[in-house]
Amino acid sequence: MTTTPVSNIRIAGLGGMGIIKSSQILASVLFEAGHDVKKAEVHGMSQRGGSVASDIRFGTEVLSPMIPEGETDYLLVLTEEELVLYRTALRPGGILIGPSLFEKTVLPNKKSLNIAMLGALSHYLSIPNETWTAHILSSFPEKLQAVNLEAFKLGLHAVK
Amino acid sequence: MAERRLMSGNEAVALGALDAGCARGTGYPGTPSTEILENFDAIGGNAEWAPNEKVAAEVALGVAFAGVYALTTMKHVGLNVAADVLFTAAYSGVSGALVFAVADDPGLASSQNEQDTRRLGIAAGVPVIEPSDAQEAYDFTRLAFTLSARWHIPVILRLTTRVCHTTAIVTPSDHKVAPPPAHFVRDIPGRVMIPGHARIKHRELRAKLNEIREWCETDGPNRIIPGSSTGIVSSGVAYLHAREAAPAASFLKLGMSHPLPMRLILSFLKDKTERFVIEENDPYLVEQIRAAGGDVPWNPEPYRMGELTVDRVRRILARDLTPELPPPRGKPPRLCTGCPHGYVFEIFKKHDAIVAGDIGCYTLAALPPLSAMDSQICMGASIGVGLGLRHVLPESEARRVVSVIGDSTFMHSGLTGIAEMVYNPPPTGHVVVVLDNLTTAMTGQQEHPATGRRLNHEPTTRVRIEDVVTALGVPNVLVFDPVRQIAEFETALLKALKSPELTVLVARQPCLLAAGRIRAYEQAAGKGGGQ
Repeated sequence: MTTTPVSNIRIAGLGGMGIIKSSQILASVLFEAGHDVKKAEVHGMSQRGGSVASDIRFGTEVLSPMIPEGETDYLLVLTEEELVLYRTALRPGGILIGPSLFEKTVLPNKKSLNIAMLGALSHYLSIPNETWTAHILSSFPEKLQAVNLEAFKLGLHAVK
Repeated sequence: MAERRLMSGNEAVALGALDAGCARGTGYPGTPSTEILENFDAIGGNAEWAPNEKVAAEVALGVAFAGVYALTTMKHVGLNVAADVLFTAAYSGVSGALVFAVADDPGLASSQNEQDTRRLGIAAGVPVIEPSDAQEAYDFTRLAFTLSARWHIPVILRLTTRVCHTTAIVTPSDHKVAPPPAHFVRDIPGRVMIPGHARIKHRELRAKLNEIREWCETDGPNRIIPGSSTGIVSSGVAYLHAREAAPAASFLKLGMSHPLPMRLILSFLKDKTERFVIEENDPYLVEQIRAAGGDVPWNPEPYRMGELTVDRVRRILARDLTPELPPPRGKPPRLCTGCPHGYVFEIFKKHDAIVAGDIGCYTLAALPPLSAMDSQICMGASIGVGLGLRHVLPESEARRVVSVIGDSTFMHSGLTGIAEMVYNPPPTGHVVVVLDNLTTAMTGQQEHPATGRRLNHEPTTRVRIEDVVTALGVPNVLVFDPVRQIAEFETALLKALKSPELTVLVARQPCLLAAGRIRAYEQAAGKGGGQ
């Protein structure tokens, strides 16, 4: 029996926190790095403040777009109140990146927590910094680029 | 070779249609199908929102009668509305090509039921093609047009939430086709479905389906992946879950679910010691394979409900009958803080109205803390259901009944309800409240005939809801701003509930999420803002 080595990342929070945006940036960064990538989320009522989660899977070949239970390698949860939903999601030894990580970090803008989380995640993925920068720049209008790049850096420093 | 790109299944369908030379895309917004037409427009396709799926399918059929390719998009329940077109267009056939892209919602992420579109394909007698991922969404969209043009038959492209909304790598084809010029060729016996013509066309349809079945047996979009003596027949995204759950098994991956290549299926299963069918929604494949004599087991009943996942497929394959743990319940969506709909439902709650509701964001008012909606079934049902309640309830209860419908839903299926109301008025009269937030908010702020803007947000003639209901013969029609004039709205509602006359109250205030964009569109069109 062969298994394809696939890495699994889940980004979770509430509608309006930028879950979809950060998962789009992550998927394009992984694609550019040469991985097979799948990103799945449920749209629809997510704008109405409900729970939102996006699964990003990458590796040599990704089959199912959804992460099986207990196989998440990196879990990014943007709000404490949603943590309870994903208690059984992480695989043993998996990395949790939660909002408490940023308790001592003052973000330039509260809305850039999603990008700060990507910064923290970037510590664990071997992706060149320039690739992240390029995709963050192309994902935001000019006036929001500086705060998001700053948030990304602060996120990275929070785990270093 | 074309460049590999990251795109969602819906984007891939749009690109597949464009590259196939589709002349026009029509549809009505519905999760998870909405982004197909928005993307088709964004990449240069000719796309429109129709008032509802039936009209969308009719326009698409007209396009296909003119010898060119048409795409019509909708969610699964939208095909119920368009079914009248589909069932007889299967007889008439098309001169160009006609593809129905229909998106099912297993697990009801944003729908009122879990119906399985494959069953409508078999009932109407049209081919059904099922992609598993974004690459197949692109390839199978092109295949659907090819089959439709070859056999002059409408084809259903059956999508599901995880195919529509999963982003993956797609390599588009270098072979791109420009839409050919349209032209009219008269074919009265082929397109006028009076009984004498339709009897002949029905025989032709069955003959076409037999030919397509034979094609599917040998050249269809089906694949065998050799492996162990465990044989799994699967389709759609369920196939990907199953491959991950049982990487060593043999697979027959079906890309066409109707007509089924039954000889291929039975010959695949013949030498397998363990056999499974892994499919999402109804036991559609299991029923047909068993009816044809194939020895495949029924999956336990719970697996026809909800989405499949790798974990659930593992349970099916292990014949694990222990109860599944319910997935943790996330925070449900709710009406936005300050949503204009909320003001209206507070009034309904205060006066204990019996609220026949409809489909849209405002359905969230059924949940606590408001709990101010008593029914929601399908698009437009608020008016008919409200009238039915009014006709038979004792007078004291009948006088509390209100029908509530949004602006986009009203344009979709509300007009005939108003015609019924003026034609067969209940003795206590009736009150319909149109919640007009100037957009199709629920599906992500699409335009509709009463916004006065087309799919691409360019200005067009605006249908004025208050004028339409007045013209239909409703004697009392009043428009309110539900935020600034909520006291006046309340007074008018109470007066209308006491009166035996018919009343339509329009509560008009832009959706909070859409207001900025609506202002920008109006400024771009050179207008000074809304009324």
